[in-house]
This record gives sequence, C-alpha cells and structure tokens, in this order.
Amino acid sequence: MNKPFNNKAWFFVLPVFVLVAISAIIPLMTVVNYSVQDTFGNNVFYWAGTEWFKEVLHSSRFHDALGRNLLFSAIILAIEIPLGICIALTLPKKGFWVPVCLILMALPLLIPWNVVGTIWQVFGRADIGLLGNTLMRLGMDYNYATNVFDAWATIVVMDVWHWTSLVVLLCYAGLVSIPEAYYQAARIDGASKWKVFKYIQLPKIKRVLLIAVLLRFMDSFMIYTEPFVLTGGGPGNSTTFLSIDLVKTAIGQFDLGPAAAMSLIYFLIVLLLSWVFYTVMENYGAEKQDPRVEQD
Amino acid sequence: MLELSGINKQVGADLHINNVSLSMERGSLNILLGPTLSGKTSLMRILAGLDRPTSGDMKLDGKSVVGVPVRRRNVAMVYQQFINYPGLTVYENIASPLRLAGMDKQAIDKKVREAADLLKLTNYLERTPLNLSGGQQQRTAIARALVKDAELVLLDEPLANLDYKLREELRVELPRIFSQSGAILVYATTEPYEALMLGGQTATLCEGRVTQFGATIDVYKQPNDITTAQIFSDPPLNTATVTKTDAILMYGDYQLGSVSRDLPNDTYTVAVRPHHVSLSPSERYSVKLNAVVSTSEISGSETFIHVTTEQNRWVLLTHGVNRVNTGDTIDLYLDPSRFYLFNSAGALVRSPAINSEAA
Repeated sequence: MNKPFNNKAWFFVLPVFVLVAISAIIPLMTVVNYSVQDTFGNNVFYWAGTEWFKEVLHSSRFHDALGRNLLFSAIILAIEIPLGICIALTLPKKGFWVPVCLILMALPLLIPWNVVGTIWQVFGRADIGLLGNTLMRLGMDYNYATNVFDAWATIVVMDVWHWTSLVVLLCYAGLVSIPEAYYQAARIDGASKWKVFKYIQLPKIKRVLLIAVLLRFMDSFMIYTEPFVLTGGGPGNSTTFLSIDLVKTAIGQFDLGPAAAMSLIYFLIVLLLSWVFYTVMENYGAEKQDPRVEQD
Repeated sequence: MLELSGINKQVGADLHINNVSLSMERGSLNILLGPTLSGKTSLMRILAGLDRPTSGDMKLDGKSVVGVPVRRRNVAMVYQQFINYPGLTVYENIASPLRLAGMDKQAIDKKVREAADLLKLTNYLERTPLNLSGGQQQRTAIARALVKDAELVLLDEPLANLDYKLREELRVELPRIFSQSGAILVYATTEPYEALMLGGQTATLCEGRVTQFGATIDVYKQPNDITTAQIFSDPPLNTATVTKTDAILMYGDYQLGSVSRDLPNDTYTVAVRPHHVSLSPSERYSVKLNAVVSTSEISGSETFIHVTTEQNRWVLLTHGVNRVNTGDTIDLYLDPSRFYLFNSAGALVRSPAINSEAA
C-alpha cells in the first residue's frame, strides 16, 4: 500500500506523549532509579544493583502481604462478580424504575475511598456505631480492632458495598444490548431461565464481564485506603496488604531502595495477573477467529 | 389445519391486528405480504403463541390453542436478525431443540448431520455463530427450525438481512427444505417479488387487516381492491383519477379508453403496473400521454423512469438502458386492456383479462 508520508502526524501525537511522560514514564523511571541504589539522605547514592529486589523477594513480610492480597482479591471477585450479575439480571429493563435503580446503584461509586472507610469505621464501632452496637446487643462479640476475622469481614463488606455497583452497571449495559428476539427464540425453544442465562446472556455479556473482572481485580489488589482508615493494617499485621506495607517501608522506615524495588515487583504482579485473567477469559470457550470470515 | 377466526390484538389504544381470519393447510406455504408496521410480526407473534390475541380464536386441527403456552406448542421461528446461541457451536445450536426435547444422542447426531447437509453447513459444524458469514448464520437458524419438526414454521423476513446473491439462493431452497416436513409454513415479507417467486398463498396486510387471502398469483392478478393492488406492486402502481362519462374514461384532457356503459358515471381510479407503460406506440399501446421526466435509474438491463403526468408521479419500468434527461418531455403509451379499474370506494371493477399474457 502506498501511504502518503506526513511528518505532521508526530505533532498530533506529541501532547499525548508529553502527558504520558509526565504522568507515568518519568515517575516510573525515578522509582527504577531508587530501586537499584542505596541512600542515607543528603542526596548521596550508592549503587546497589539487584540487592533490594533479592531482599524483597526473599522476605517473609513481603510473602505474607502478597498472600493477603491474593486472598482478598479472590474473596472480592468471588462475591462481587456473581452478586453483580444477579443484581443486573433482576434490574428492570424498561420503564419508570430504570433511572431510579441506576442512580441508586451508582451512588456508592461516587463516594471517595477514605470516606467509605470512615463511614464503616464509625458504623462498626461497638460504642457509637449502629452496626457494632446492634451486633453487640445481639450478643455477638464483634470488634474489628482486635479480631482478625472481624477486621477482614468489615473490609470485605465495605468493598462489596462500594464496588459491586460497578459490576452491576457493566453487566446491565451488556444485558440491555441483547435483542428481544433472542429471548423470544429461547421461549419458542422452551429454554429454561437458567439455559437462557447460560447460553444467551452469559456469552453476550462476556466482554463487559471481562472488563468488570479486570477492573475489580486490579482495584482490589491495590487496596489501601479502607484497611488504612479502619485499623491501619491491624490487628497485628493481619490487614497489612502490599500497599500498606509499601507505605510503611517507604515513609515509615524511609527505606527508599527496598520500597522502590517492592513497588516495581508489585506493579509487575498486577500487570502479570491482569494479563493472565485477560488471556484466560478471552480464550475460554472461544475458538480462534477465522480471519477469512467477514464479521457482521 | 390452522384456522384463525376474528383475531384482534389491541395494544394500548392501537389495534395492531384487526379482525384477521385465515385458514392454512398442512404442508402449505403461506405468505404474509405487507409494508413495515402492517402487522406481519404482530400476527406471527400471535401464531407462535408469544402473544395472546385480545379476542378471536385460533384452532389447530379443530382444537383451540389460544392460551396454550409457547413451550407446549410445536412451533419453530426464524427471524430477520440471525438468532443463534452465541456461545454454542453450529452443531450444538442445531442440536439444541432436540436436546431440550430429550432425544437420545444417536438420533440427535443423525438429525443434526442431515440438516447440516441439507443446508450446506457440514464444514462449519464446529464453529460458533460469530465465526460464520451472515448467510451461514441464517442457515444455522433455519437448520434449528428444521430439526424441530414443528407443526408451524414461522419465517419472519428471513432473507431481509442477506445480500442479494444469498437471498436468491435461499429463497429457492427454503420452500423445498420444509416441503417434506408437512409443516404449515408462514413467511412474512415486504417484497412483492419475493411473494411471487415463492408462490403458495398470500395474505396481504395493511394496518393490521388482511385485505385479501388466496393463491399468490390470483391475489396479484385479481386484487380485490386498490390497497391490495398497491401492497402487491413494487415499484408502486401508477394511478390516475378518471371520470367516466358515457363509455369514455377522461383523465384531464386525455381519453384513457372506453368501458362498458353499464358502469355508473362516477370518478374511478385507473391503475397501471410500471412495466405496462411503453415509450413507443404499437397496436396495443395505443393511448398516448405526455409526461415530464423527473429522474431515471438504470439497474442493469432495466431503466426506471420517474415522470410527472397531470400532477401524478408515475414510475415506468422499461427494458434496456434508456437515455432520458431530467426535464425532458416524453410520450407514454398505455394499453387499455391492462388497466385495473377501481371505483371511488377502492373496490376492483375491472382487471386485465386473466389470459392476457403478463398481466
């Protein structure tokens, strides 16, 4: 093909390039810079090579935090994705209630993380919180500050409350785009509700569901604010996730080298797992697209 | 035999189906012909049992089926959009109605392969619908309808979304594919040509009413009224309002021909099919009219010429490529023996003689 060559194109790409450089590339390179050096302040640096990476990868503190992160993301996905699909299926498809439901659904998404954390922190307190106090009166010994299970449960519930709506809205968007004729055809075939879900709705919302899973995975894997506001990573280290540990290392202990190495490893793990999710979901049950066939 | 009597369907204030009575034999091909929003799909939904008629009765072999839920009826339907289960392979798609019916594995396999063979899908059985062309997707949907051995097969504009070549091909195959099944076939279309090519029986629909129901060729040649004639003509019929005095039909200053003196003196509508207007005089094309060309469209071996005559817009279908320019004044020649004559109420008064070739 004979494409006209035009250098003006670079000019149009430039603003994006500058933005990405400032927002991502330069900060990332700074982190890379820190991760291979040691410093005791005063802007004096010593070359450390891969030492910090080795140290982080071998530390049990990092392993524990990573384990917590994986468990947390697994719990979040296991609850939010099925729950989100169920709610999306029960939402009305047309009529007066559609905007009402959608706005109610979207409300939690508008609340900042730390506010959510504070709301639940107060809500769960046994002395003044509605939830904590009610549970206490019911005879349940609920205390997120001292009990590991209670702390986890509170953070999970908080996240489910905050973010299931996102899954709902994405799935809902996928569901309303299915033409009515599909449901009619299924009715004529005598297909049950479950079969309609399995053979029509699920394949049709597969793509938005993939986005929902990716977003919820990445976001839950990077959880920071909620446990930080609730218990600051406690009780003990039980809710010290990678992000909290990272901040403790970097700002608490001022170990910039290990913190930089850790954040790079953290970033690579998120990237790798997202890629795995994407590839698995994209290929699951789908054959290779035949390029000879026109898509319509 | 499927009998509809006095079917009405009211949605809000609108009457979507207005007093429809039809009877369809087993093994017959019945065409519902009408423009968009004429009620074809509404009627199909009632036939399928997806909707319940507001009033009227529907009998299958003498037994009323009104209120019988869809899943208890033996109906198959093919839609204008290509509807298949998106996550299943072609094989599983075709097998799906059989699996729901609880048929055993070997019988399913046999039927699926037969249907796939008939619809030329054998090479694509392992693909999912998204990896098929539009024509193959629709073939899959048709195969699904076929294996079901339904008593009633509803085809709702099944070829409308296909390109020209595939449409021609499938149109020939469709009636043949279902002919052995003994099913009552109902085929909805907006295109008069399609109805003529399919044959069978045609019901013309207009605003939820069936204006005429009979053998396709009869409905085409002997429309009861002007509405039916208009539905069954594409490009539209050319009409002229004429006044009859004595035995002469006057169209403005033109004499359009003569009719029996027995007809009352009144205004009538003369209708002429677009291919019954000639640009050159002959023994038969003896009536001359002046017209001004507004546009002309050349489609292969034919030319459509849009003209204005006496403030009426007419369309002419002429053979060959005719070079005419917008604004030209041309002479048209009409054959009076090919006039349809409708009275002021729209009822047919006279049609071209049945045996005149190419009426």
